[in-house]
Amino acid sequence: MSDTQNSNDVLVAYDGTPLKQQLAKTTRRMKLRALLLTLPLVLFIIIAFVLPIGDMLIRSFHNPTGTNVVPNFAEVIQEWDGQDYPPDEMIKVFVQDLALARKNREVGKTVGNLATRVNYEIPGSRSLFTKTARKADKITEGPYLDALIKLDKKWANENVWVTLKRVTRDYTLSFYLAATDRKYDENENIIRADELYRIYLPLLYKTIALSALITFLCFLIAYPVAYLLSTLPLRTSNLLMILVLLPFWTSLLVRTSAWIAMLQTEGIINNIFVYLGFIDDENRIQMIYNATGTVIAMVHILLPFMILPLYSVMKTIPPSYMRAAKSMGASNFMAFRRVYFPQTIPGIAAGVLLVFILAIGYYITPALVGGSDGLLISNEIARHIQSSLNWSLGAALGTILLVVVLALYWLYNKLVGVDNLKFG
Amino acid sequence: MTASQRVKTPGFQALVVATIIFALFTQSVGGTIGFFILFGIPLFAMTPLPPYASRGERIWHYAFLATCTLIFLFLILPILIIIPLSFNTEPYFSFTEGMIALDPEAYSTRWYADIFRFGMTAPDAVEGWWEDMWENATWIRAFRNSFFLAIASTILATTLGTLAALGLSRPEMPFRSAITSLLISPMIVPLVITATGMFFFYGGTMQGVIPGYPDGLAKTYLGLVLAHTTLGVPFVIITVTATLSGFDRSLIRASQSLGASGFTTFFKVVMPLILPGMISGALFAFSTSLDEVVAVIFMADVDQRTIPRQMFSGLREQISPTILAVATILVIMSIILLTTVELLRRRSERLRGLSPG
Amino acid sequence: MKLTKLLTGTAIGLAMAMSATTANAEGELTVVSWGGAYTKSQVEAYHKPFIEKTGVKINSEDYNGGIAEIKAQVEAGNVSWDIVDVELSDAIRACDEGLLETIDHSTLPAGADGTPATEDFIEGTLYDCAVANIVWSTIFAYDSSKIENGPKTMADFFDLEKFPGKRGLRKGAKVNLEFALIADGVAAKDVYSVLDTPEGVDRAFKKLDTIKSEVVWWEAGAQPPQLLADGEVAMTTAYNGRIFNAVAGENKPFNIVWDGQVWDLDLWVIPKGAKNKDKAMDFLKFSTATEQLAAQASWISYGPARKSSAPLVGTYATNASIDMGPQMPTSPANLSNSVQNNFEFWADNADQLNERFNAWLAN
Repeated sequence: MSDTQNSNDVLVAYDGTPLKQQLAKTTRRMKLRALLLTLPLVLFIIIAFVLPIGDMLIRSFHNPTGTNVVPNFAEVIQEWDGQDYPPDEMIKVFVQDLALARKNREVGKTVGNLATRVNYEIPGSRSLFTKTARKADKITEGPYLDALIKLDKKWANENVWVTLKRVTRDYTLSFYLAATDRKYDENENIIRADELYRIYLPLLYKTIALSALITFLCFLIAYPVAYLLSTLPLRTSNLLMILVLLPFWTSLLVRTSAWIAMLQTEGIINNIFVYLGFIDDENRIQMIYNATGTVIAMVHILLPFMILPLYSVMKTIPPSYMRAAKSMGASNFMAFRRVYFPQTIPGIAAGVLLVFILAIGYYITPALVGGSDGLLISNEIARHIQSSLNWSLGAALGTILLVVVLALYWLYNKLVGVDNLKFG
Repeated sequence: MTASQRVKTPGFQALVVATIIFALFTQSVGGTIGFFILFGIPLFAMTPLPPYASRGERIWHYAFLATCTLIFLFLILPILIIIPLSFNTEPYFSFTEGMIALDPEAYSTRWYADIFRFGMTAPDAVEGWWEDMWENATWIRAFRNSFFLAIASTILATTLGTLAALGLSRPEMPFRSAITSLLISPMIVPLVITATGMFFFYGGTMQGVIPGYPDGLAKTYLGLVLAHTTLGVPFVIITVTATLSGFDRSLIRASQSLGASGFTTFFKVVMPLILPGMISGALFAFSTSLDEVVAVIFMADVDQRTIPRQMFSGLREQISPTILAVATILVIMSIILLTTVELLRRRSERLRGLSPG
Repeated sequence: MKLTKLLTGTAIGLAMAMSATTANAEGELTVVSWGGAYTKSQVEAYHKPFIEKTGVKINSEDYNGGIAEIKAQVEAGNVSWDIVDVELSDAIRACDEGLLETIDHSTLPAGADGTPATEDFIEGTLYDCAVANIVWSTIFAYDSSKIENGPKTMADFFDLEKFPGKRGLRKGAKVNLEFALIADGVAAKDVYSVLDTPEGVDRAFKKLDTIKSEVVWWEAGAQPPQLLADGEVAMTTAYNGRIFNAVAGENKPFNIVWDGQVWDLDLWVIPKGAKNKDKAMDFLKFSTATEQLAAQASWISYGPARKSSAPLVGTYATNASIDMGPQMPTSPANLSNSVQNNFEFWADNADQLNERFNAWLAN
């Protein structure tokens, strides 16, 4: 309104400032106040959640083992052009560093740490380092390379030195290469890993495929139930809703144990099948500790996440639309396909994306019922963090998974909007 | 419609035919009775079709009902089945013949006793039994840890989450969608990633940062509380913002115009109205923490094992029906939680005039 | 305000509960081992007499091997394990990485007959950071009530035609590759020289391929006897002591096949920076004395690491009719076709072979 007015009679607030300005000020203050309310939680989430994930990201490409164990060598070797062998004075520094590390045995800075790090790049090279270090203080004069080769002829392999140069740089892409089944060759070119060792890309594809299957099955099962719930009178549907919500509120571990009891070879389903004569006692079906077990248990666990968004969308579709379509001559199928189904698409999008996002990062259920072929990428991440101790590789795999999930989350936000998440 | 009328419906006739086929195929009396009851229930429970429905529509309708029955069974049966199994006398996860024959000797509460006895130094001693149980019994310790973590993280998550939800639901809130996405993200990011990050950050990077925790937060209750609070926050945000979306903001202005401070307005006007949402959110956070196991696997010490952590190692190593006994207790707890949340939701809808109640 | 009071009250209560739960008794010794029958044998032979002698309380914990937890604790500087029972290749690797305290062998007690410890311990059982307590073995076993005329050789374990049914194997490359080669006709003494070549590894995996579809994988030592008892597998690899205890203690009709057994050591190690290092050292010395090692051998069929313990090994603790001697992996009859686990080979190659094993398992 003020735009249309002459600049001479601008509306002013009680203190004489122009109203527009005053309004802007108040709005700013209100915005700030709203922001302040969220501030404690935002800070909390940043410290307790975002920074840890950032820490993981950094570890996936920052691995200072080399510089920790052989600090002086790490510095000088970078001058080397990578042709033939490094000059003998560099190797001298290496031998001295090795002897020192062996003497100090400081946690995280031992020869064993370096050996493990190099072993990731050249499998089977661990003992080359631990053995050499035991005798490193005996080598006191050059030529050092010859002395090393006398200890172990593997030192004559130029690739060992190229690799040493690579692992003594703090920042590396090695772990991302490993996470995508690739590696460096002797000339620092990126090549695919040996076929027998390709595990992560196939596993990632398998994770995506199994998650897609689980999502599809959830959709197939959830759609009729959500439809039934949305058409029944409120009292009945509230009652039946409990059957959907109870699993939702029941502990994941409880549901997984329940499925072990149901599916194992001596379990309830096999017993019923034997009792009914579908199968004989000798040929019980293996339904658990494999991919089948993972899929069945996960469909059960994730089903409520599909039913609830579908139900909340279907509830808003007036039944009169279908009647109208039929009264105008559409067959049942036609009315469903052209009138009802399109209206449920927002619910489908919400449910499908949510279930897929949750499925792709699942860990506990596959770990318990997946046996060996029902494992997902999360299980591999956990294995590297907890038992193989290749933390950087675990972090690199985690980062790849995180990128996939965040992309899906972004899509979810675009299509559905996080504000529309509801439970019950 | 009376029962005798229902028996004459085509649905019922179809059921009879199906049951006969089933009986011929399986030749088992018990199975046939079960089949008949299973699919008979929806016929009697559901509203019948209008009389003008065609034969095809009828078949379709009953097939649909049968499918839905199967799906509901799929949802609920695995959870209910563990209740009788937890009273098994034998150390197995399946029904023994005695159990099916309802032989009282085939049922026992020994696995419930095991919850108390397992891990005790002297489970048969009379003196000092209670103290021994409270201090040493493995599952009791797990219950204590779980409840401590759940209560502490629920209080934190609900307080921080409600504050943030109040901000997020203000119409003038800037960057609403970005901030909401950030606050919901702990629910979306795979737990393994969250736990890995926390394992690195709390254990390694935070060494010496927090006074009193020179070794960082790994293997401390504080670290676990922070982790569980993070995971509970999205649920509080979602439920409380949902409640606030129907909140009449003029009530705040009315209260302020009558001279109430912001503080008084919140506690006297806003809070009573959004309390059901807050409690639901808190219960969600509580159940999330109670159920969470990945962060505990990565970060907790053996003394800090929670119920689900204990179940996890039990299922991986030595399956015993004690796990089913614990599971039964958890199912009963989730029934209580669910009932509370449902009652609160209806109360809240009634308060806001959304449903006739 | 009522609510604030309530909240503060709860907070204070929680803080108290927290301090109460974190105050884990200082001075309690945390001894970590493999659980089940094995831990029980140690409790009877080591823990109980040690508690009686010193009054130190012992907190016994179970794990499934590997150095992951030790590494995590030592690197985080928060070591809650005081003494751990580990396999040899793990002890060597952990020692190389500086995760363990070094142990001065001269402080170990002399044998009952007065022989100095360094001579009394069997050769190859004392290391810079580790002292062996027992010799154990991975064997395979079957339920004799279910298989008549049971398997006799490692080749039978891999023969699905002669002996149909599921097989239990430990999830991991170690020992399985050795078994596969022995079953494929490699002489026990040549196993590691064959396995050290790429062709040898291929050959072992090819042999494992033949039973892959029938394998149930186990991780904890307590699982195999349970798998056999539940009828989930027809035969399974296992630690010999676990099968012995199921037979002697629970009267299970299991038979051990010693052909192709792979034997190994279990050793005590003390993680670097252990909170109760001195007490852990005392426990280590106490438990590896002649008498204690011999006592453990009466509870489980694992051979003592000291020469002076051997003559003292008698009968099974709860059933005097069972002579323990022939149950030991080291008894001459059982050793006829056996392999000693090559720790150097595994310290070097475990990472790579486990990667390959996992890739093999997933595909």
